Amino acid sequence: MSPPASAGEGVRDILPAMIAAMPIGLLFGALGVGKGLSVLEAGLMSILVFAGGAQFAALELWTYPVPILALAFSTLLINARHVLMGASLAPKTVGFSLLQRLGAAWVLTDEAWALAERRALQQRITPAYWFAVAAMLPVVWIGSTFLGAWLGSFLGDPKRLGADFAFTALFIALIAGLWKGRATAITVIASAAAAALAYVTVGAPWHVAAGAVAGIGAAWCAAPAERSTP
Amino acid sequence: MSVDPAALVAIVAMAVVTYLTRVTGFFIGDRLALRGRAKAAFDAIPPAVLVAVIAPTALATGWPETVAAVVTIIAATRLPLLATVAVGVLSVVALRSLT
Repeated sequence: MSPPASAGEGVRDILPAMIAAMPIGLLFGALGVGKGLSVLEAGLMSILVFAGGAQFAALELWTYPVPILALAFSTLLINARHVLMGASLAPKTVGFSLLQRLGAAWVLTDEAWALAERRALQQRITPAYWFAVAAMLPVVWIGSTFLGAWLGSFLGDPKRLGADFAFTALFIALIAGLWKGRATAITVIASAAAAALAYVTVGAPWHVAAGAVAGIGAAWCAAPAERSTP
Repeated sequence: MSVDPAALVAIVAMAVVTYLTRVTGFFIGDRLALRGRAKAAFDAIPPAVLVAVIAPTALATGWPETVAAVVTIIAATRLPLLATVAVGVLSVVALRSLT
């Protein structure tokens, strides 16, 4: 298939995700200015980071003075899944040059990864397809963040509208989307209990590390032990 | 339109960490094959972190937030993402008005 045809298919595949990303980007921008970020700072985060879950978590943790280490740590944990996605794509993108690989990684998102994996079942992933499917989403995300931040600066106190609770509601919805039955339930209960306890006793931002360690540890313990291979 | 130096450092730190997670897999490739408990622990990272971030609001802020979180959980089992967020926000506004 010619590169323009592959690129066209990439655009077609990513279109629903682009439409879905718009209201979420608007919400991110509006909540960002509500937390005290300037329009430019909210937009800059979407330009440089463009990872929705990590960005919303950063806003929830955002205070002044800015807890830089806690923000970097929370971002690392939430985005660690990218390592597995990249590792899975590596053998399917062997035709990419070094520069193309570095660029391909730059625009890796959950959505582009899922679509590329589906395509890889049928045919090779070409650079034309990958950059079409992957690089469009950040454009929508950045544009809707700026627009949402600009609109949000007219809204006033976000707490009056319950917008501060939007993070909690959004994260509950995201966790529901990740749900894999018993293993997730054990993780969620352990993390919630440890995080709430750490928040009440030690204070923010330690609740993130406490909840993460407890949730991951609980999943480790609950999983069946590996059978040793002879 | 301004950028606070500390905010800029935080955003750049987040960007660097994120790019490292994105690029690492492309170069370690097949050498990373998680199985059993290691795989379960890795899969647990996103829900564990997301829950930890919201636990103070959901469990240790006040009863309106806790009840609204329960309502949102119920909504999340049957509604799409943005509808779930709308239900959560509207219920917290209604419950806070009762206090």
